[in-house]
Amino acid sequence: MVAAEPIIEMNHLSVRFGRQTVLRDIRLSVSPGEALAIIGESGCGKTVLLKTLIGLIRPTQGHVMFAGQRVDQLTEKELAQERTRFGFVFQNAALFDSMTIAENILFPLRQHRSKQKAQHEREMLDLLAEVGLPTSVLSKHPAELSGGMRKRVGLARALVMHPEVLLYDEPTTGLDPIVSDVINELMMRTRSNYQVTSIIVTHDMKTARKVADRVVMLYPLSRLQADEPQVIFDGSPSEIDQATDRRVSQFVRGEAGDRLMEMNEPQTTA
Amino acid sequence: MASGSNIPVYRRRSGFFGGLYESVGDLGSYVLNGFETLGDMTLFAMRTFSWLMTRLPRRDTLFANMYQIGVLSLPVVALTGTFIGMVLAVQSFTQFRAFGLETQLGGVINKSMFRELGPVLAATMLAGRVGSAMAAELGTMRVTEQIDALASMGANPIQYLVVPRFLSCLLLIPSLTIMAVFMGVVGGAGYCIFILGIDMQHYTSNAQKFVENWDLLYGVVKSIFFGATIGLVSCYRGFHCEPGAEGVGSAATTAFVQSFVVIIVLDLFLSIFLDEVYMAIWPASPMLFSS
Repeated sequence: MVAAEPIIEMNHLSVRFGRQTVLRDIRLSVSPGEALAIIGESGCGKTVLLKTLIGLIRPTQGHVMFAGQRVDQLTEKELAQERTRFGFVFQNAALFDSMTIAENILFPLRQHRSKQKAQHEREMLDLLAEVGLPTSVLSKHPAELSGGMRKRVGLARALVMHPEVLLYDEPTTGLDPIVSDVINELMMRTRSNYQVTSIIVTHDMKTARKVADRVVMLYPLSRLQADEPQVIFDGSPSEIDQATDRRVSQFVRGEAGDRLMEMNEPQTTA
Repeated sequence: MASGSNIPVYRRRSGFFGGLYESVGDLGSYVLNGFETLGDMTLFAMRTFSWLMTRLPRRDTLFANMYQIGVLSLPVVALTGTFIGMVLAVQSFTQFRAFGLETQLGGVINKSMFRELGPVLAATMLAGRVGSAMAAELGTMRVTEQIDALASMGANPIQYLVVPRFLSCLLLIPSLTIMAVFMGVVGGAGYCIFILGIDMQHYTSNAQKFVENWDLLYGVVKSIFFGATIGLVSCYRGFHCEPGAEGVGSAATTAFVQSFVVIIVLDLFLSIFLDEVYMAIWPASPMLFSS
């Protein structure tokens, strides 16, 4: 069987902010329709990787290909057009405070499509039902909703342009286990209903196991030697439990291990 | 195997030479950061102008900003203007009365209000009220990823967030300045006539004699530049806000301080420039107290 051409490819991708390198020589590809979970501890560059994919952050070295096009070489105008093929669900939903929920969901449509208002509203109501929210939320402002509801609105807003790729940044962070599972179910349902490629950045192993076909683990550069790769695991969710790398198994089991010692040792320097 | 001990933590050097080394390094870093910020701000302004020329903002977004910046600032600007006019009257009266020139107070108050105090104090007040609010609002949008969300949906944050605010400042700060000047003139006249007892006819005739249309234009030209400064500096500070509540607070404070400094510096250069223009057009014009 011939494998499908990857929809997203990262080649030798590095990102540096000032003197601090966050991503180093990342090589990763994502196939169409795949659900990829990117896991790793806080500060390892997961969100930076996600933002680099849609050109919110420009790579310092290497490049990102999306559907055969180099994202980092696009002009601002081309990039704006290309971003309509992505949906981004932000960590805290990033809904616009000054707008109502209806205005938030309709925002991408109003920016890019000149369809009739009635058609926009029909699409919005369909999406609201899809993410399981009542129409009574439409006139509310984001501050009036719970965290879980805001995440659902964020998902509805990300879906409104019918994207090819959905990017989730910590979709279950800060939610109780039940709402987290609702969000996991929504991600799975969205994937099967819309046939989207999903990239989920998370440190919630339950989400990674439930939603993803493949798991990639990033490790913070500050804890790696110069010649060590930053991607320390790339495989299926079932394989991660058998991983021999102690750093992977420690993360999967959520054990502090030798990190506890660091609390007692003063870190010395250069 | 990598471990926690690989995390580099920079420790500053101690001792006399260590301190000297660090101080030189810090100074260099400040200078470099200053140039970097200046360059970044210039690019930000160029992008704003470029979007302003390419695509005007949506009417509803523009009007919402105009309401916030213009309408809601009216009371405070009017109040500031009135009191400045009255304070000018109080401060000048004793000196002018010593020379028997109190009926000429109107000329001095009006000229000062039109040319200097009206534009500068209105701009200072607006840098505090409008500029800090814009920086805090955009800063909050930055730290809560709302600006990234805008960009991720294919909207340009500069076009969507900065251009309407900049345009509102550019159009409404001069209008608010005219309002401040008017209230200052009224406040000054009211204080001189009704409280200090200066003859109304003498006061108004002197006030009219020394103030020309040029003086109004002088103030308006300055306020256009001040409005642009407040809009650009505040939006830039909001866009480059550091994370956290402290970052937002710092963005709001820096927006005010930097706007104020730029306004004062610009005021000097604009005053020199506009006086040169005046002298070039009307070389034999009457000066205050010359007749």
